[in-house]
Amino acid sequence: MSAHRLYFANQARWSGWELAFWLAWVVAFFIPQSNLALLSQILIWGLFAVSMDLLLGYRGLPSFGQAAFFGIGAYTAGYLSKFGWTEPISGLLVSGAVAGVVGLAAGRVVRGLHGVALLMVTLGLNSLLYDFVQRSTELTGGDDGLPGVGFAPVLGLFKFDMIGRTGYLYTLVACFVIFLLLRALVRSPYGLALLGARDNPRRMQMLGAPIDRDLTLVMGLSAAVAGMAGALLTQTTQFVAPEVLSFQRSADVLVILVIGGAGFLYGGFIGALAFIFLRDLFAALNPIYWYFWIGLLLVLTVTFFRRGLLPALADLWGHRRKPVAVDAKHPKSQEVAP
Amino acid sequence: MTAATVLQTVGLTKAFGGLCIFKGVDFSLQAGERHAIIGPNGAGKSTFVHLVSGLLKPTSGSIRLMGQDVSRATPQQRVRAGLGRTFQINTLFPSLSPLQSIALALCERDGLTAPSLRALARRVDLLDEAAALLARFGLAADGERPTGLLAYGKQRVLEMALALSLKPRVLLLDEPAAGLTTAQGHELFDLLTELAGETSVLFIEHDMALVFGYAQRVTVLGGGALLAQGTPDDIRADPVVRKAYLGH
Repeated sequence: MSAHRLYFANQARWSGWELAFWLAWVVAFFIPQSNLALLSQILIWGLFAVSMDLLLGYRGLPSFGQAAFFGIGAYTAGYLSKFGWTEPISGLLVSGAVAGVVGLAAGRVVRGLHGVALLMVTLGLNSLLYDFVQRSTELTGGDDGLPGVGFAPVLGLFKFDMIGRTGYLYTLVACFVIFLLLRALVRSPYGLALLGARDNPRRMQMLGAPIDRDLTLVMGLSAAVAGMAGALLTQTTQFVAPEVLSFQRSADVLVILVIGGAGFLYGGFIGALAFIFLRDLFAALNPIYWYFWIGLLLVLTVTFFRRGLLPALADLWGHRRKPVAVDAKHPKSQEVAP
Repeated sequence: MTAATVLQTVGLTKAFGGLCIFKGVDFSLQAGERHAIIGPNGAGKSTFVHLVSGLLKPTSGSIRLMGQDVSRATPQQRVRAGLGRTFQINTLFPSLSPLQSIALALCERDGLTAPSLRALARRVDLLDEAAALLARFGLAADGERPTGLLAYGKQRVLEMALALSLKPRVLLLDEPAAGLTTAQGHELFDLLTELAGETSVLFIEHDMALVFGYAQRVTVLGGGALLAQGTPDDIRADPVVRKAYLGH
């Protein structure tokens, strides 16, 4: 295979790390002491952070309102079940679709915005929705949560059990399938166009690129993934309350992504692992001041590993194997045959 | 020179508030022509390129590209009508490699960037074309490194390669040799002459050696208005130009 074809093929190829990553989740299921409920939480946070990664890591758009889409998905799944649609898989897909449509609409609204203006508008939209849901107690149950949420067994066979075995496997399979689709998406020409628009929208314009269309679509896709993460939370915990829409959640998902590393898809999961484990650990030490330590972790990560934990780990590994320079990652390319 | 006009502006005017910075310029570019725009700083050269490429909207006047009125068209519509341009300051994709950048340009040209699950790696014809194009611009050895790490001169070449990869009918070059040494500037223009093919080229340039060496026609702008137009020899001899611009 000629050098340039190999170069592009390598970018699409599965690495041993990726396989090991997903296998570890399967192994965790069989370890008797595993806290499956906690691991499900981590997967859901991870998937939510991946939705943020699509927006921030790939398209370069920051948002303080991602929880709005998570919450829309969570409540859609809740309402579907309340009104008798308890089949989880279709419920998951419908929740993603509803959040995705709202995301497309939001994409139209924020199209011309950048930087701080974008942060403020997404924050504003998120706050509007949160207040509405929290205050509409007759409609949503307010802080007590939506009453009457429950789900049918997955595929009609596996009931959601108390220790969360079904919930964990269901979440893992859903996350993996969604991840596979996103992985393919970011390696398609569309993924490259997102990176191009992140790096330089003006050049993209002069290549004739439909950057407005691409932006609206990525908002929709990102919202759909966030919505499915929210639906997974409702389905595995059989509970949904306004907290799913809170600004705190929007902020946390950014923290998770930045700690893990944006622009790799895996950074979201790595960040969620670090964040949730540490949150549990610190909350056990001191249930009131645990965010102090998360804050410290964020400061240290951004100070010392600007691009997040995952790239830092990858660099470290690369150095150990090939103790040359950073440029070892980009060996002198061979003469390219036309 | 053929008689076919590929780009024409009539009474093209741009005002910001009450300040008129570009005043009723009539201009035309012929098919296959190499046309230089010169003028002192603030003459409106870059404004002209922005107006033609659609990054600025004209206050009045019209722009015709390949016979089509594009005065109100978006930059993207003008690109599809056959326009390409480069920027005075490198406008590249720093984190993408040159191979990826050119592949992206070709994907946009072919309209392949709608969301899909098909890997770019499987479009081998397009990748072969990207690699071949890069090789013709002498960038084959740098194809896989992030563009942001390339030497400035190579980034300048990539800037032109990106614009030419779309095979535009009209190419606008905004100071392509800006920041290059004299030798590098000549190399860049040699490359342009070799690879532009049938593309009509309109370029802004300050280096008079490059202007008089490569242009078939020259337009002189001053204070947002057209001062003179003609062959390099006409321009060199024009007393108005000598006084206003060349300064001797």
